[in-house]
Amino acid sequence: MKNTFSRLKYIYKKASAAGAEYYNAPYRAAIARAQRDEDDLFMLLIFSEMMGIPNPASWYCLELQPLLLERFHAWHLRMGMERSPYDHFRCC
Amino acid sequence: MSSIVLMLLGLGGMALGFFVYSKFLALVVFKLSDTFITPAHEFEDGVDFVPTNKFVLWGHHFTSVAGAAPIVGPAIAVIWGWLPAFLWVTFGTIFFAGIHDFGAIWASVRNRAKSVGTLTGEVVGTRARAIFSIVIFLVLLMVNAVFGVVIARLLINNPSAVVPVWGAIIVALIIGQAIYRAKISLPLVSLLGVIALYALIYIGPDVPLALPAEGVIGLSPSAAWILILFAYAAIASLLPVWVLLQPRDYINGLQLFVGLIALYGAILVANPTVVAPMINMDVPAGTPSMIPLLFVTIACGAISGFHGLVASGTTSKQLNKETDARFVGYFGATGEGALALAAIIAATAGFATFADWQGIYHSFGQGGVQAFVTGGANILSAGTGLDIAVAGTMLTVMAALFAGTTMDTGLRLQRYIFQEWGEIYNIKWMAKPLPATLLSVGSCLVLAFGAGGAEGSGGLLIWPLFGTSNQLLAGLTLLVITVMLVRRGSPTVFTLVPLVFILVMSLYALLEQLRGFYLKENWFLLGLGAVVLVAAVFVTLESVAALKRAKAERKETEAKEAN
Repeated sequence: MKNTFSRLKYIYKKASAAGAEYYNAPYRAAIARAQRDEDDLFMLLIFSEMMGIPNPASWYCLELQPLLLERFHAWHLRMGMERSPYDHFRCC
Repeated sequence: MSSIVLMLLGLGGMALGFFVYSKFLALVVFKLSDTFITPAHEFEDGVDFVPTNKFVLWGHHFTSVAGAAPIVGPAIAVIWGWLPAFLWVTFGTIFFAGIHDFGAIWASVRNRAKSVGTLTGEVVGTRARAIFSIVIFLVLLMVNAVFGVVIARLLINNPSAVVPVWGAIIVALIIGQAIYRAKISLPLVSLLGVIALYALIYIGPDVPLALPAEGVIGLSPSAAWILILFAYAAIASLLPVWVLLQPRDYINGLQLFVGLIALYGAILVANPTVVAPMINMDVPAGTPSMIPLLFVTIACGAISGFHGLVASGTTSKQLNKETDARFVGYFGATGEGALALAAIIAATAGFATFADWQGIYHSFGQGGVQAFVTGGANILSAGTGLDIAVAGTMLTVMAALFAGTTMDTGLRLQRYIFQEWGEIYNIKWMAKPLPATLLSVGSCLVLAFGAGGAEGSGGLLIWPLFGTSNQLLAGLTLLVITVMLVRRGSPTVFTLVPLVFILVMSLYALLEQLRGFYLKENWFLLGLGAVVLVAAVFVTLESVAALKRAKAERKETEAKEAN
């Protein structure tokens, strides 16, 4: 009985994983792209003060900057700038 | 003629094609290798490039390529009798569609998963690339216009399906929210979604809904439905994919499997007799000649260029092993062939007498998807004991949802093309999503109404033209595959024969159609047909030139190797 139950559970898990894959795979790229677009906007907000755009939440943004540093290079490349747009803030 | 015999012959032939012919293609023509590192592994990024289990990948590929077109085409083409449609679908699937879809995946996988459009530019030439984008635009334009008309007709003829068809969209919206926001487990959501959908279908006949016959704000019901459908498709194509498109595709996929299994099961139980003639000698006046029109009326289900876009767009990026291409590509085409065969059986064996059948097929372009719904409902009801109204509603919902998904995906793709043009030619407003969508909808509406007057009902006249453009797209993909095979020194006859055949038939069919439009003084369609003809001539010339070049290159390489 216990065996049957665990077998059923295993089959359910497998089916569920295959279903999730079937649901997600065709749209994985589109959703990741949409998420990246939102993240790009977020990056702009965080680094806006440095470009002279006044930002009321600049204090909190400053705190986030070190956390987003890793993504900075890829972001400015995506935005069509080969080099970092800031003189005092170089990444490449 | 017993429909079980027809079914066994068709499915048996396709199975033989898969087990024998596709194996031969894999070993001798494409020379697939298990050791080849596919792009899914080489560029694995968890987003576009993800190695995927071949059964799951087949599921996607099949549900992405199978839609309303393999139902509409065969259901129109049986007007010439069941045999021509049956033979073209069966042999088309085995020798045309199979190698086309399989080859498109292979060609893309061997070229870092590039799309057929890009490959046409790289393998054949920049001119061919330009023709490719024009043909794609024409295909999208026509498919959207035609499907708008098809769904409108379905909703008018089957008022019981109106509530379930629109209800299914609400179900899909709820599924999307339940999965992404509430994070409810997928099996549970699927189960509830399917129950809700079939409950809607079950109550559909009790709550029929029709637009007033005298019209809505001066528009006929048909024109009003077409406008409503395009408004819906425009909104759907602008929404983020997870909100509607993704859950709706998922429901459609489930429905496709349920529908196919139910239809074939019912055929096995009821064994209805095929009442349509084997070859219809007494076709209604105005029906064009079977050769060449049969080969463009049935595009999807026999060979369709649309598949190449799916095969090289998403499928090739997820292929785990090169040898999986055979199962995913060839068997995917076989799945669509099976759907087309079901449509043929429903539209020829689902009627009590020959006179009933003739009543539906009283002129060319009639019958079609409605014959599939009526005939299929009779078979389903006889085989499963389901109430005939419910069976009819179920098949209408299936066909309408398929067509609807194709419409909003088509509009989305068309919008991308307009946006791209906006960027290339520096037209700022056209590069934005909303104006580009409005342009797409506008161009489709011009076509839907321009072809058939204020009713919009003549839009189905475009169907064979749509088939022709779709075949031209398939021709370009086959050309890419053939040129690659020539360069590798592999046998080319297996792709060359289908390529020549569909090019000849497309050109011949176009000339026939142009003559028909001229005689009917339909200048709008004559103009559109002329554009397709120009594209067809260029595709043919490019094919000859590219193959000559490739053969010369190959000879040079061989001579060098010999030295």
